[in-house]
Amino acid sequence: MDRRKFLKLAGLSVTLAGGVPGFLNREVKARAYTPPPGALTARRWGMAIDVKKCWEEPNCNECIKACHHLHNVPDIPDKKREVKWIWKDEFEHVFPDKPNEFNNIIFTHKPFLLLCNHCEHPPCVRVCPTQATFKREDGIVMMDYHRCIGCRFCMAACPFGARSFNWVDPRPYIKDPNPKFPTRMKGVVEKCLFCYERLEKGKMPACVEACKKKALIFGDLEDEHSEIVQVLKSRFSIRRKSELGTGPSVFYLL
Amino acid sequence: MFEKALVGSRKYWLWLAFLALLIFIGFLAFLAQLQYGLGITGMNRDVSWGFYVAQFTFLVGVAASGVMVVLPYYLHNHKVFGPVTVFGEFLAIAAVIMCLLFIIVDIGQTHRLFNVLLHPTPHSMLFYDMIVLNGYLALNVICGWAALHGEYKGTKYPKWVVPFIYLSIPWAFSIHTVTAFLYAGLPGRHFWLTAIMAPRFLASAFCSGPALLLIALLIAQKVSRFRVEPKAIDTLSKIITYALLTNIFFFGCELFTAFYSNIPGHKASLIYLFKGLEGHQEWVIFMWTAWLLMLGAALMLVIPPLRKNINTLVLACVMLFIGAWIDKGIGLLMGGFTPTPFETITPYRPTVPELLISLGIWAAGFFIMTVLFKIAVSVKEARAA
Repeated sequence: MDRRKFLKLAGLSVTLAGGVPGFLNREVKARAYTPPPGALTARRWGMAIDVKKCWEEPNCNECIKACHHLHNVPDIPDKKREVKWIWKDEFEHVFPDKPNEFNNIIFTHKPFLLLCNHCEHPPCVRVCPTQATFKREDGIVMMDYHRCIGCRFCMAACPFGARSFNWVDPRPYIKDPNPKFPTRMKGVVEKCLFCYERLEKGKMPACVEACKKKALIFGDLEDEHSEIVQVLKSRFSIRRKSELGTGPSVFYLL
Repeated sequence: MFEKALVGSRKYWLWLAFLALLIFIGFLAFLAQLQYGLGITGMNRDVSWGFYVAQFTFLVGVAASGVMVVLPYYLHNHKVFGPVTVFGEFLAIAAVIMCLLFIIVDIGQTHRLFNVLLHPTPHSMLFYDMIVLNGYLALNVICGWAALHGEYKGTKYPKWVVPFIYLSIPWAFSIHTVTAFLYAGLPGRHFWLTAIMAPRFLASAFCSGPALLLIALLIAQKVSRFRVEPKAIDTLSKIITYALLTNIFFFGCELFTAFYSNIPGHKASLIYLFKGLEGHQEWVIFMWTAWLLMLGAALMLVIPPLRKNINTLVLACVMLFIGAWIDKGIGLLMGGFTPTPFETITPYRPTVPELLISLGIWAAGFFIMTVLFKIAVSVKEARAA
């Protein structure tokens, strides 16, 4: 065996011994995460919005204010460029798949709350080329703002218009920054994250806590005994565009 | 072989200088975009992709169309295409580079581009698009350069390149199929959610790409002693005709499904594009221009005397190229994003910096194409002499 052959063989052996099994055994799943003691946990977080309770205070925007302040959501005056995590719109825009001229009259000027649906089969997660948006084991559709390349494929894929892109630097538009939550930079996509950072500390999402009428019910959709499951079992509810099969986790109690 | 690109007429250098100027202006506009953010464009919350992605989509088609001269020559031994295959491959190189540039300028965090490699994600169609586009670029560089180098040395293309040529043929179809799948698999975007999206993409690509190639070949013929056989032009014009007719037929299928089924979601985008919706008529004039140009070109191409006359043939090619560019470029994007998920309409207009950046990238593509065509033409001239 000459020197050249020996080196070739040695190189191949090292690759097979170390490289290949290492590659095959590579951890593909995100490392298991243990929530800190006292954290609120669930198998699938969901929200039920009691629309009638919400209408009792038609001009109340406490949930939106609380969320947007806490999460440093910029207040951009240009509607076409705005960033929003939770907002209000009318029936015909929220449920365009259920057009009915009479419903449109019944629901005139009756606001419906909109936020990310944290879908069971999120199309945004499916299309993201970098896994910057991903679904956690508890059903929350998360964002990694440091990984997002800003391709906006997720915005094209989301049938709910739940995602906002930072067309410009958002920081000048944050009036009263909250130092406890990161701000975003230009060129990344953002949306509601079901207050994962509050759940970790044993607190309910900011919008749920801020609602004076207790119209927002947040809980585990896979826990038989949770309040949300009890309510959904006893009252009629609808979801946005459920025919698309994304499995929204936000329910509207009517 | 590259030395052939470094000697040329005054006109050649002036043309390159002009393109370089456009590239420079586009680059300055891109620097401004990097500084300010994508807010410098007309894109918005509801129309979140615009002119850049439209150009990307159209140019993937132009790139794929190189196969329309490669396939008849290498698979069917259609000899008259022998001298022009290299031009098809060089056109593909220029087009793919433009595609990649349009993606680079479209993303919000440019320097994170390589996250796509760092975190490969096989459930995202963009992952496959990255693979097929870069693969196609490599294949065309290998095949085009090797074949031309053979000619330069006065031999046939080397044997080792044959498997790459065969691979490049299905690969060309794959790039446009995957690009169609970026759109065709999204729930809630009715205009894009159609099974014939990929076939439509291929049909429009195989008429517009060869049309551009045909015009480029005729220009090359005009400025050099290089000659294309009339039979090659004839075959190419027939390919363009069939592809254009297929494209029109596919669009007719879309119209039938949308309007006979009478499903509002399927009709809304088409009505917005061709008639206007809720007082918004932003693209009506463009869409009618596009389709009248394509229908007019089809009519000219199916009449043999008009197709065989070089002047009317060129006119038809220009018409269908512009038509396909409007339809698949901007029409496809606007129809997909309108109406919005809230059934509202948010208008989009590209801004001046956005158009300058796009123009710069087109100029870069034409720069590459000019240099590559110059090399190919010079090699062929030297052989003929």
